[in-house]
Amino acid sequence: MAEDEDADADADARYDDEDSYGDIKKFIYINRKAPHGTVYALESLEVVLIAAAFDQDVSLVFMDDGVYQLKKNMDTNELEVKNFSKTYRALEMYDIDKLYVERESMEQRGLSIDDFIVDVTVLNSNELAKLISEQDVALSF
Amino acid sequence: MKFGIVVHEGPYQHQASDSAYLFARAIIEGGHDLYRVFFYHDGVSNASRLSLPPQDDRHIPNRWSDLAEEHGTDLVICVAAAMRRGILDDDMAEKHGLDASNLAAGFRISGLGQLIEAGIQADRLVVFGD
Repeated sequence: MAEDEDADADADARYDDEDSYGDIKKFIYINRKAPHGTVYALESLEVVLIAAAFDQDVSLVFMDDGVYQLKKNMDTNELEVKNFSKTYRALEMYDIDKLYVERESMEQRGLSIDDFIVDVTVLNSNELAKLISEQDVALSF
Repeated sequence: MKFGIVVHEGPYQHQASDSAYLFARAIIEGGHDLYRVFFYHDGVSNASRLSLPPQDDRHIPNRWSDLAEEHGTDLVICVAAAMRRGILDDDMAEKHGLDASNLAAGFRISGLGQLIEAGIQADRLVVFGD
């Protein structure tokens, strides 16, 4: 076998090892959409809950209209759609506790940290850009 | 380099699945490894074999199926997203007592763990969508 094929085989063996995915990767989930109106927010939350089972490093960002996902006192009765607001409070039980809100998005919408249903860290867009650049995988919803 | 692709949007309505397809081909033609294409949100509709576009238009589901047949590309659609939107394989149709299934050739239905796994295994995970 040629030397480069050996190297490929070694790489495959490493990736095929299902028991350990090697180093823990840093995943960041960037939520940019309002909680209702489209299904992105709900289905993003479903990904995050599954991700928790994979023992990876997970962070969540809420920016643009995504900051509304964390708004307290959500009532969806008139919309006749599922209210998944309380699920954000359950994230802590899945050891997902790194939640970030972009300051500019929050302030442009007249919101403050007291309006949110969970504890968050507020970052300005430069700080957020730095945080995202430090991640291995960024999924945007 | 090992790539993973995520498609968040349906075919025809949105350019995302076209761009994802062209990017997938470029990965393969560039001699890279395409670990998986994962379809989520309305992206699962890329897997409907009942799509009937006009003859002078591209056939998006068939194009994916051809890619899988020619290159063994792993095309996975999210089961929860698919069930909401009526994309079913034979087993699911039978299990839920429905009279038809519509999963196109080359696709398989699985869980969101396949998306996370693609993120872990790939050197780059590229998301196509809004």
